[in-house]
Amino acid sequence: MAEQAVKIREDILKGADSPEILGWLDKPPRAEVELKGKITRSLVEEISRIKKEPDWMRRLRLRSLELFYKLPMPRWLTGIEEIDLDALSHYVKPEAEFTQDWEDLPDYMRKYYEKLGLPELEAKFLSGLVAVYDSETVYARMKEYLKKKGVIVLPLEEAVQKYPDLVKKYFLKVFPPADHKFAALHGALWSGGTFIYVPPGVKVREPIESFFLIGRQGEGQFEHSLIVADEGSYVHWIEGCSAPRFVGYSFHNGMVEAYAHKNATIKITTIQNWSRNVINFNNKRGIAEEGARIDWVEGSIGSKMTYVYPSTILKGPYSSTRSVVVTLSKGPYLKDSGSKVIHVAPHTRSKIINKSISADGGVNVYRGIVRILKGAKNASAHVECDSLILDGKSKAHTFPHNQVDEPTAYVSHEAKTGRLSEQQLFYLTSRGLTDDEAKSLIVLGFLDEIMGELPVEYANVLHKVIQLEFSELGAVG
Amino acid sequence: MSKGLEVVDLHVNVHGKKVLKGVTLNVGYGTIHAIMGPNGSGKSTLAYTIMGREGYEVERGDIRLDGESILDLPTEERALKGLFMALQDPPQIPGVRLTTLMIAALNKRQGSSDLTRVRDPKIVRRMYSLAEELGLSRDLLQREINVGFSGGEKKRSELLQALILEPRIIILDEPDSGLDVDGVRKVSEYLVNLKEQGRGVMLITHYARMFKYVKPDMVTVLIDGRVAVQGGPELADLVEERGYAYIRRRYVEGKDSTI
Ligand SMILES: Nc1ncnc2c1ncn2[C@@H]1O[C@H](COP(=O)(O)OP(=O)(O)OP(=O)(O)O)[C@@H](O)[C@H]1O
Ligand SMILES: [Mg+2]
Repeated sequence: MAEQAVKIREDILKGADSPEILGWLDKPPRAEVELKGKITRSLVEEISRIKKEPDWMRRLRLRSLELFYKLPMPRWLTGIEEIDLDALSHYVKPEAEFTQDWEDLPDYMRKYYEKLGLPELEAKFLSGLVAVYDSETVYARMKEYLKKKGVIVLPLEEAVQKYPDLVKKYFLKVFPPADHKFAALHGALWSGGTFIYVPPGVKVREPIESFFLIGRQGEGQFEHSLIVADEGSYVHWIEGCSAPRFVGYSFHNGMVEAYAHKNATIKITTIQNWSRNVINFNNKRGIAEEGARIDWVEGSIGSKMTYVYPSTILKGPYSSTRSVVVTLSKGPYLKDSGSKVIHVAPHTRSKIINKSISADGGVNVYRGIVRILKGAKNASAHVECDSLILDGKSKAHTFPHNQVDEPTAYVSHEAKTGRLSEQQLFYLTSRGLTDDEAKSLIVLGFLDEIMGELPVEYANVLHKVIQLEFSELGAVG
Repeated sequence: MSKGLEVVDLHVNVHGKKVLKGVTLNVGYGTIHAIMGPNGSGKSTLAYTIMGREGYEVERGDIRLDGESILDLPTEERALKGLFMALQDPPQIPGVRLTTLMIAALNKRQGSSDLTRVRDPKIVRRMYSLAEELGLSRDLLQREINVGFSGGEKKRSELLQALILEPRIIILDEPDSGLDVDGVRKVSEYLVNLKEQGRGVMLITHYARMFKYVKPDMVTVLIDGRVAVQGGPELADLVEERGYAYIRRRYVEGKDSTI
């Protein structure tokens, strides 16, 4: 079973660049609507109008836009100056209506998803699947039995229409647009995405997956995922993505908001394998109420530059989080990452594991934050931050930041940096392995201890992706 | 065409320093060729150069396997052609288990793209039984390579890899140093086996103590990066009795290179 799921995921990772797919996308299918150029009030209003949004959402967008204008460019961002925001398409509506049946999708789109193996993955291994193509959700469906239990899996736009009160309670509240310029930009331009609501006590057995696809160059994708787990419920959400290799770059500025009510558990797993011309910016944050748990697993392999900081606010007593982030920068690419946890309540626990791998001139930056507020009695946090550097051209920088204002709290921090030496490489090659094969063994060994902490299927996929990255087929995009 | 490994008039610079200054010798299949010499005479350099290690620059001469030069081949291709080197002091490889490396190396030889998958459980059983025969504990196979291995365990692990990978030419750089008496006997037995299987063995050592159990077919003494003298097993006894200083006086300074 699981073996087959791994196979499909491997195909997804390879398939995104198959000649067949590149052939189709050579002449990208006409978009129904494409809005580009300067980011203005009228552009934002136009998006809202096309989506026939209620007034509160339109106002929320415009407020975010004001913030975007006002907020300074974040100082910690490096490389982001490459993006010319005004040159992007901010909204691309594909010629496809939202559907719950693969058969209804336009031919090229259905073929694309079939080539990637998504329908099969959904049928066999998932509780639900949401597919976002360019700026719109084109497909969303969940298993019948979940509907009966009151689970909601919808495009966020649909949820805004059908469950406005539910959406309003959380949307841009977990991650306020005032936080920084790109969060504000997201608030103004968000489009496409997922709304998941799990009612009290319901455990969703198989994961629900959202799959994001950037179908053309020069595109900005601003999808939004909102996951709400009500009291005592359980859900595992997987984020997958794909973008074929284009000449020009694309910009991804998505947001994930997760809210775990009392004693609920939300697991979020991301397999990030964007092609090498995607600049990937993420805004990910969760809030955990009393006894709740939010777990993040982020495998960041692809893209040109990635900025990702899965964050959790431990708001209720006895809430906990674990965040495992693995970043690979192989080649002239950048991964800027770091989990963040804010302990607000007593007896909260967190564990952050960050593993970065730098090769062939790749750069990794870690900027994790642990904050323990006064009054978070007996809170405990453990941070592990390991870097592996595979050659002299590659770099890893770590800027951990702990701020503890509660005397009864306990924080431990371990950091290690390992460098592959010429002697080690010689040893492995003298057994018949190429440099890259030797490195893939070293990397898999480096990740070995966390593989056991990951969902089995995910561990297998990560294993395959790493081997693929260090094989001759090599490298995404 | 001659069979086996040939080193012809080899001159080698190591990171800019002249270390080998004209070494010629052969390791034929089904033979054991012992290389002796004082510290710093260039024995390990010779082995690394044969394996094509980075920084070991061949200035002159040739290295051939079955008559074909292998000088242009990268290390892994030399290994795939059947060369193996057991290191004098093998490095730690954190994170990589000993079994993982052996499985990957075998998969590579069988042309499998997934290096880490165990395709034949028999081979793992063989690793365990060989390890046991060599006096290695089972858990050591699952440990990270050389991390916390004792000196003797490192030597045994190197030999284990050679036995599993079945090279045609096996170079052992001081497999006896750091081994206890039983270990020396054990390793020697395997070397005799390897020879009987028709493999060529290049045995680098300072001492003749191994020769109690393995009789070399040929002995070469290196001094200052040159072949001081070549001969049969009796040469080892001479080294043992009189020491390298004597060898140097008689054969290097006396310019006599036969016994
Ligand atoms: N990386 C290096 N840079 C400079 N000199 C080196 C390097 N490696 C080896 N040498 C020198 O080359 C000479 C030969 O070294 P080598 O290790 O081959 O000797 P050996 O015969 O194996 O000695 P031992 O019996 O001590 O193992 C020594 O003088 C050594 O210092
Ligand atoms: Mg030596």
